[in-house]
This record gives sequence, C-alpha cells and structure tokens, in this order.
Amino acid sequence: MSTSTAHSVVEPSRLTRTIAGTLVIVYALVTMVPLAWIFLTGFKTPPDSISYPPKVVFEPSLEGYVNLFTTRTRQTPDYMASLPPPQTWYEELVRSRQMVIAGPSKFGERFLNSVIIGFGSTFLSVFLGTLAAYAFSRFRVPLADDLLFFILSTRMMPPIAVAIPIFLMYRTLGLSDTHLGMIILYTAVNVSLSVWLLKGFVDEIPREYEEAALIDGYTRLQAFVKVVLPQMATGIAATAIFCLIFAWNEYAFALLLTSGTAQTAPPFIPTIIGEGGLDWPAIGAGVTLFLLPVLVFTILLRKHLLRGITFGAVRK
Amino acid sequence: MATVALSGISKQFGRTLAVDDLSLTIASGEFVVLLGPTGAGKTTTLRLIAGLETPDGGSLHIDGQDMTRMPPAGRDVAFVFQQYSLYPHLSVFDNLAFPLRSPARRVPEDEIRRTVEAVANMLRIGHKLGNRSTQLSGGEMQRVAIGRALVRQPSIFLMDEPLSSLDAKLRADLRLELKRIQRELAATILYVTHDQIEAMTMADRIGILSEGRLVQIGTPRQIYEDPDNVYVAARLGQPAINVLPVGVIPAENAPDAAFSLGARTEHLRIAAADATSANARLDWVEHLGDQNHLHIRIGDFRLTTLADPASRLAGEEAIRVEAVSPLYFDEDGNRIR
Repeated sequence: MSTSTAHSVVEPSRLTRTIAGTLVIVYALVTMVPLAWIFLTGFKTPPDSISYPPKVVFEPSLEGYVNLFTTRTRQTPDYMASLPPPQTWYEELVRSRQMVIAGPSKFGERFLNSVIIGFGSTFLSVFLGTLAAYAFSRFRVPLADDLLFFILSTRMMPPIAVAIPIFLMYRTLGLSDTHLGMIILYTAVNVSLSVWLLKGFVDEIPREYEEAALIDGYTRLQAFVKVVLPQMATGIAATAIFCLIFAWNEYAFALLLTSGTAQTAPPFIPTIIGEGGLDWPAIGAGVTLFLLPVLVFTILLRKHLLRGITFGAVRK
Repeated sequence: MATVALSGISKQFGRTLAVDDLSLTIASGEFVVLLGPTGAGKTTTLRLIAGLETPDGGSLHIDGQDMTRMPPAGRDVAFVFQQYSLYPHLSVFDNLAFPLRSPARRVPEDEIRRTVEAVANMLRIGHKLGNRSTQLSGGEMQRVAIGRALVRQPSIFLMDEPLSSLDAKLRADLRLELKRIQRELAATILYVTHDQIEAMTMADRIGILSEGRLVQIGTPRQIYEDPDNVYVAARLGQPAINVLPVGVIPAENAPDAAFSLGARTEHLRIAAADATSANARLDWVEHLGDQNHLHIRIGDFRLTTLADPASRLAGEEAIRVEAVSPLYFDEDGNRIR
C-alpha cells in the first residue's frame, strides 16, 4: 500500500471539491428548469405561453394570476362599451380581452382544502407515529418485530394498487369527497413512514433519561412529555416534512376520491380551462402558489431537517 | 435518611440469574459500596431498589415500609447514573431543579431557587448554573448529576459507578468530595463500583458480589484482611493477591486441609540469596515511580509483589521467598482460619 499520500484523508482535495460542486450545480439546473419554466409561464400572456418556439424573453403579465382567481365571461362590444370605467387594474386587464369578471374561482377553496388535509394528516401521522414509535422502542410489545414489519409492508405496494377497494369502501362509508376521509387516507399511508423514522429517533435517546425522571417523581407520561419529546423535536420536524410533502403532492387518490367539497389543489389545477383549451398561465400561477407552503415549511424546519437526515449516522 | 432492607431479593433476565437471594441491610447514614466485576448484579441491585426493575422474589423495605411493588416515583430514592445523567435540552439550573419541579412535589419556585443554589455551591458549580448542560466538562457534568440527587432529601442515594467515566485526577477529587458531602448530610448511600480504591476509601462497609450473590460484607479492613474465600481476597489489594498451591512457597504451620495459599505483599519475606538457599528468581523490577513491583518466578508459578523501599533488589537475580502467616484456602477456595 502506498503511504505517500500528500493530502488529508478527511479533507476533500481541491479537485474532488470542484467535481462535486459542478455535479451539484448541474443537477440543480436539471431539476430546476421545469420549475423555472412553470414559474415563468405564470407570468406570460396566454398567446405567449403557447408560442413556438417558446419565449424566454417576454413582457410579464399578471393575467395568469387574475385568471386563476376569477371566472370570466365574454361579452359583446356593445355591452362592453356600455359599462362604467373599470375600478381596478385586474378589471381593466380582463376587459382588454373583451371579458368581464363573473365571480371568484374555486382555487381559493381548493387551496384551503389542501391546507386542511395536508396539515391535518401530517399532524395525525406524526402524533400517532410518535406514540407508536415510543411504545415499540420502550415497551415489550408482543410480536414487536412482526408488527413493525407489517407496518412497513403497507409501504411496499404502490398505494394506488388499492384504489378500487378504497373507492368502494369510501363510497359505502360516506367518506368520499370529505376532508375527514382524505385525512384518514393520507394518515394511513404516512403513518408507516412516521413510525419507522421516529422509532429510530426514540431508540437514540438513552432510557436513562426517562428512568431518572421516573425516580425523580414523574409518571411515565410526564417523563415522556418533559424529557423524551423535547429530544425528539428534530426527528418530529423531519418526519413532519416528509409526511406533509407526500400529502400535499398526492394526486391519484385526490383525483379519484374528491370532486367537490374536499377536492385538493393538485387535481384542480390542471383542469383550469381558458378559451380554446387549457389556461397555461393560470396553471403556472396555481402551481407556483401551490409550491409556496411546502417551501416555507421546509425552510422554517431546515435546520432540523438537515440534522434529522444525518441523525443516527453520526454519533455525537 | 432511612434504613433500607433487602431480604431474599432475586431477579432473573431470561435464563440469567442477575440477583440471587440477596439480603442486605443498609443503616441510616451508612455508606455501603457494592464491589464486583461486570455482570455480578451490582447495577441490577440498584435498579431493584429504585423500582426500575421488579424483583421475582424477596422483599424490599425502606424505613420499615414494604416498597417491593411501589413504582419508582413513590419510593423517594435518588439515583446517579454512570452516564447520560443530564437532560441535554435543559440548562444546568433546570437540570438541578428538575426533581423538585415534579408534579408530585409542588415545591414553590423561590424555594427551588434557594435549594438549587445551595447545592450548586456545595458542589462548586454555582457559576455554571446558566450554562447548557452540554457545555460542561466531564467532571462538571458528573457534579451536576450528583447535585440532581442532592437537591431533595431522599431516603437513600443509589450511585451506579458515578465516577467511572472521569479521568483519574477528577475521580480522586470527586471521591473525596463525595465522602465529605456524605458526612455533612449524614446521607445513606449505596454505591456500586468495580474500582477497589473507591470502595476502600469511601465505604463504611463493602459488599462483595459475585454472580448475583452477596459473597461477603464487612468493613474495608475486614474484607481486606479477613476474606472468607479466594474470590473476596482477589477483589482487594494492589497488586492482586498471589494464590499458589500449598508447598510452593515455604511457610510455617500450614493447616492440613489447606489446598492453596494466598500471599499479599505483607505476607512475603524476600531476600537476596546464594545458590544454596535460593528458591526463586527475580525476573524484573517494574518501576512505577512511587512503588516498585517485583515479578518473581518460583517453580512454575509467578508472583507479583511490592518491593520493600529499602531493598536493593535490581532484577535478574536469585532470591529466597518465604510466606509469613499467609491466608489459607481449602479445595473449594473457602478460607481456613
């Protein structure tokens, strides 16, 4: 074996760093081009959005966002001329297309549904996962290993494989197109991930902490809340992000099981129809707004997320 | 402080008998050290007293009350763990206040502050109260851990090798400090260790554990000078006692039943000798600074002993070794007195 290595084993060399940096940048560009495309589309006019070759330089317009939040009707020139002057900038924008605003669109409601169902199921998954993970980690659960495998096995098939049974079940139970139904469904899918991730985090917390608290006069539940939970914060944050991302982005079940009151944003956005086809700027605007909450949530918890992902791999 | 009495306590984990019919009474204000190698059942004994384990048989009385089935919170004991003793998410102050803030206790906050400050000053960590518990040195952490036990007046302090993760210097300091605090508070302490120096210096009584059984209990002097068997004799003394078959070393009036002979430094008379009187050979002298270890070969056996400071033995020479009233053991290793 050669012993004359000049560089340190721990510190990456300049060349390694350059290669790694280049790879990261290339990868980031590849993944971000579609995002940039959809973001820019949100600020194009409908003709610009479908022009060929695609326009990279264009005059930005808020028409997509106006269309996203409104429903509009086309009117005759006579009627348009009879109207009083427009009160707001968006009315003016709509009238320049020979249309008037008929009312708000359903986007707000659908977005709110996504928030309720996404955060509701995330909270429930993490809550149930925390308790189950604690029990599996600390108590002698009969058949614990088999149960854990069973929980994990629910993740082994693509959830959509059970779409038809769930569709029939939900119809019978009256859970179709309800917030509760969607929260339960996403929780059922996420709870396996949540139990497994969180069990890893609980396993990392030495039992001595709780035992010390028990001896100090706390009950097991109090010890859990005062001693275990604060130390699980990182794991809970990381798990919550994973659960939220799944529930927020889920498309297939939402398309199948919701159509009205509980419809989430993902199945709604692609159906935004303009004149003569899909309204691409409105879709671009909807996707952009739809990405924001997960982005903000992830940024808020990013410190925990980074620590959470490497947790267990590195001993402190 | 209270009397703690274990009678006939047993605990089994799977097929391993961790604690086997253990009976032990710790008087109020007494410092008892349980000494034994890893796996002897020391920690399990502490956990049984704390209520972290439930015994399979036997009973536990604290201050005359039956506590065998009482959950840990109701036993009023304090436990100092070997490590992981501080809550990483709390400050030093909050760590020390934690036992007092238990919902079962309801101590007013200003009283908590007074108690915590008093204990912190006693342990000389008063200036660290605002620190996060993770920003302390090893010695400070262990002081805080001991402080967490001291903030309330429990019936007994249970300490599980609290000093074993520290370096030698700190261990020596904290050993003295712990003994001082114990005297000041007249605290009842059951202390578990495998370090014979800790046992010798701090204990009022030492209990020797082997495979879950209490082999012998007595004052450090009794255990050292008057062990019941080979196992106990081997636990104390540095260098360890030399156990040889009878007859290898010349000794006067060996009892008839004697099978082996145990010789510590004070039982050996060593002198340089000429070829005719020599019965052993000095292999080498190990200089440890304050003391010198002699490594001696006698027949097929080896001895290690301390050198008399006045001796001029230098190594690689013929010597004569004699035993002077050593300890005798029978075939089963039991002491013949």
